Amino acid sequence: MRLEPIANPTLARRIGLPAVALVLTVIAASLLALLAGANPFATLGLIVQGAAGSKFALLETLNRATPLIFTGLAAAVAFRARLWNIGAEAQLYAGAVVTVLLGTGALGLPAPLLLPLLALAAMLAGAAILLGPVLLKTRLGVDEVVTTLLFNFIMLLFVSYLLEGPMKDPMGMGWPKSAALIPEARLPRIVTGLRLHWGFALALLAALAVWVIQTRTTLGYEIRAVGLNAEAARFAGIPVNRVMVKTALLSGGLAALAGFSEVAGLKGNLTLDLSPGFGYAGIIVAMLALLNPLGVILSALFVAGVFVGADSMSRAAAVPTYIADILTATALLTMVLALRLTHARVRWR
Amino acid sequence: MTDRERDGAEVVLRLSGITKRFGALLANDAIGFDLRKGEVIALLGENGAGKTTLMNILFGHYTADEGTVEVFGQPLPPGHPRAALAAGVGMVHQHFTLADNLSVLDNVLLGTRPLFSASLGKAAARTRVNRLAQDFGLAVHPDARVGSLSVGERQRVEILKALYRDARILILDEPTAVLTPQETTALFATLKKAVALGLSIIFISHKLGEVMEISSRVLVLRHGKLVGEVETARTDRHRLAEMMVGAEIAAPKVADRAPGPALLTLKAVDTARRGNAPGLKGVDLDLRAGQIIGLAGVSGNGQSALAALIGGLESPVAGRMELDGGQNADWSPRAAIAAGIARIPEDRHRSGTVADFSLAENAILESYARQPMSRRGWMDWRAADMFARRIIDTYDVRCPGPSARIRLLSGGNMQKLILGRVLEAGPRIILANQPVRGLDIGAVTFVHNRLIAARDAGAAILLISEDLDEVTALSDVIHVIYEGQLSPGFARGTKTPAELGLWMAGQGFGGAHHAA
Repeated sequence: MRLEPIANPTLARRIGLPAVALVLTVIAASLLALLAGANPFATLGLIVQGAAGSKFALLETLNRATPLIFTGLAAAVAFRARLWNIGAEAQLYAGAVVTVLLGTGALGLPAPLLLPLLALAAMLAGAAILLGPVLLKTRLGVDEVVTTLLFNFIMLLFVSYLLEGPMKDPMGMGWPKSAALIPEARLPRIVTGLRLHWGFALALLAALAVWVIQTRTTLGYEIRAVGLNAEAARFAGIPVNRVMVKTALLSGGLAALAGFSEVAGLKGNLTLDLSPGFGYAGIIVAMLALLNPLGVILSALFVAGVFVGADSMSRAAAVPTYIADILTATALLTMVLALRLTHARVRWR
Repeated sequence: MTDRERDGAEVVLRLSGITKRFGALLANDAIGFDLRKGEVIALLGENGAGKTTLMNILFGHYTADEGTVEVFGQPLPPGHPRAALAAGVGMVHQHFTLADNLSVLDNVLLGTRPLFSASLGKAAARTRVNRLAQDFGLAVHPDARVGSLSVGERQRVEILKALYRDARILILDEPTAVLTPQETTALFATLKKAVALGLSIIFISHKLGEVMEISSRVLVLRHGKLVGEVETARTDRHRLAEMMVGAEIAAPKVADRAPGPALLTLKAVDTARRGNAPGLKGVDLDLRAGQIIGLAGVSGNGQSALAALIGGLESPVAGRMELDGGQNADWSPRAAIAAGIARIPEDRHRSGTVADFSLAENAILESYARQPMSRRGWMDWRAADMFARRIIDTYDVRCPGPSARIRLLSGGNMQKLILGRVLEAGPRIILANQPVRGLDIGAVTFVHNRLIAARDAGAAILLISEDLDEVTALSDVIHVIYEGQLSPGFARGTKTPAELGLWMAGQGFGGAHHAA
C-alpha cells in the first residue's frame, strides 16, 4: 500500500471525505449505544439535543468550549514550531493558582483593573512553567515531551498540597478547596442569569490574536520557518532558540488563561477537579483544527458539544458518558485520516 | 555487437506516449522509445526536463496520465514498483535506499524473503551474491556494515540488490554524481560487463563526457518532450549540449582584473572539529574585491568548516577573522548577512530552503526582519511578493508563481531562487559552496555567469567546489584544502591539474601548520 499525492483535490473530495469521517464516527458511536442496550438514534439525538437543543444547552457548550479553545491554542501555537508542549494541564493550574492567590483579597482593586491584571499574572505563571522545559530543550537537548508531560503530575500534586495546606479555605468545612474570589475578581456573565461568562469572548479574541500573529507578524513567520525546517531557519539567521522560547511563553500563557477563565468565570475558587483534562483535550482540539487558530474555535465547540451532549444524554438514556471520549477520539482518528486522504490517493500494491 | 546487430536485437522495454501532468506543469509530453537487449541508452536533459518523472513512471512510483510501458512484450500495470521489479526492471536511485546498520548481505536480501520463514537461506544467498559480485566486478565484502562503506561501495550494493532480484534492465539515476573519477571508471567497467551479459541499461546523467563514453544511443529530453534521439557514435559533446539546452552555450569567460583591497581576512584561524570533519588549522586567507578565490580539495577536508566560519555558523577558536580590518565580536549568520556576505549553501534542500514555504516566503528568509519586508514586527507580504517576482523574472526561475511551494521546483530553479535571494542584496562578499552541484548545463552556465558578473562588479568570491575543472575555470587564485590546512594561493594558470592533484593528496603540506 502506498500514497500518491494529489496536487489539486476536487471540491467533492475536500467536502466528501470529512463527511465520510463524520459518518464513520457516528456509526462507531451507534454501535456502542447498541452494546449498551439503547436505541442508537435516540442516543445520538439526545447528544445533539443536549449539546445544542436549547438555549441553556448551547450556552453550556460554549462554556465548556472556552477552556478548550485556550488549551487548543496553546497546543496549536507550540506544535507549529515543533515544540511539543504536552503540559497545558500544568500551565492551566499555574494560571488558576495565581488567579486565586491574587484574586481572593490580596489586591483590592476595582474589577476593570483587577481582571486584566489577574489575566496577565496568570499568563506569566503559565509561561514561567514552560520556561524550564524549553530551556532544557534548547540548552541541553532534553526532550520536552517528557519534561512537560511529567510537569503535569508535579503541578497537580503541588496544587493538592496547596489546597490541603497554605491555600486551604479556613471556612471550607475541611474540604480541599481554596477561598472564594472577591466579587471584583469574577468575570461577569455575558447574559444575566445564564452561565456564559466573558471568558468565552476572551477565548475568541485570543484565537484571533494568535491567527494574526501567525500570518501577519515576523514572529509568526519565524515560528513557521523553525517548525518546517529548523536547519534552514538557523542558516538564514533566524534565532531558532529564541523563537522556541518565545513560542513557549506564548503557549504557556494561553494555557494558563484557561485556568484563569475557569476560576474567575465559572468556579470562583480552586479545587483539584478544576480541569477534567482540558490540557490533554486541547491537543485533540489543535490536531482536529490542523493547528489553525481559527479552526481551533470550531473544533473546541465540537469537542465541547460532544461532552456536554453526552452528559445530558447519559442522564436520559442509560449509556455511560464514556461514549463522549470515544466519539472525540474516533472523530480525531477518522478526520486526520480523511484530511490525509484529501491530498493523497491510496494504491494497493 | 555492431549497430546493425543491435537494430535487430530484441526490444526489452517499450515506452509509448507517456504523458504526465502535475497541475499546470506538463512533466512528460507523449514520450516514447525502445530499449533493446544489450544496449546502454543515455537519458540526457536539464533539471526539470522530466527525466526523473519518466523513470518514476517506468518504475511504478508514479502513474502516467496517458501511455503504456511494455517490458519484454508484456504491458506493465501502472503504479506497481513490485510489478516492475518482478518484470526484471531494477533501479539505482541517486539517493541510496540502504539500511546503514545492516550488512551488505542483509541489505541485498531485504525484501526478498517472505515475512515468516524458518530460515533465511543465507548460505545460498551469500554464494549467489559473491558470484554476482565476481561476474560484474562489484568488489564489496558481503559482511561489511553498509554504514562503514564509501559512497562508491554503497552504489555497488544498490546494483547488487537489483541484480540479485534478477533485473534484466537497470536504470541508473545520475550514478556518477557522487563518485570520484576512479569509482566512475570502476562503475563503467561493471556496466560494460552487464551489457556483455545481455542486460540493458538506461543511464541518466548531465555529464556529457560520460554519456559519450558509456552509451550507444542518447535520448534528449527538454521541457518534458523528447527532442532528440541520436546514435552516440554519430554525435559529439558540443551537439548534445546544444540539444539539451536548445541553444549554443558558451564556456565561462573570465577577463583579467586587478584585485582590490582585502574585504575579509583570516589570520592563523583554528576552528573546532565537528564529528569526523576536521576543523581549520592555522588558516590564512584574504578575500579581495573583484577576485574569485577557488578552494579545491577532496571532500571532507575542512571545506564545511571554512564555509561555516565565513557563513556565520561558527566562530574561530584561535586566530583572527577581520572584516574590513576590524574583528566582529558577535559572529552569527545574521552578522554575516549584515556584513554583506552572500551565502550559497552546500545543501539547498536542507539549509537553503524551507520546502513547504512558498517562493515568496523562501525569498525573504534572510531579509524578513528588515524593511521593506517587515516594519516593527509586522510582515509586508506585498513587498515579499514583489521581491519574489523580481527574482523570478531576473533569474529566470521557472515556476507557477511566487505563491507556489518551493518543493515543486527542480534543483536548478531552487538554486536560482537562492542565488537571487542573496545577490539582490548587493553583497560585497560571496560564499559559493558547491553552487552548481547536481545542476544541468544550462543552470551551471547561468550560475557561473552570475558569479563572474558579481566579481567584475567588485565582489570578493570564495568558490568551494569538489569539481577541479570548475575551480580552475573560474578562479583567479586557487587554494587547496587538506585536513583543515590551506595551501598557498596559486595564481590562475600557474599550476596544472596534476600538480593541484598532488596538493589535494596532501603533498606539500608540512606539519600541523604550514608556512604561509
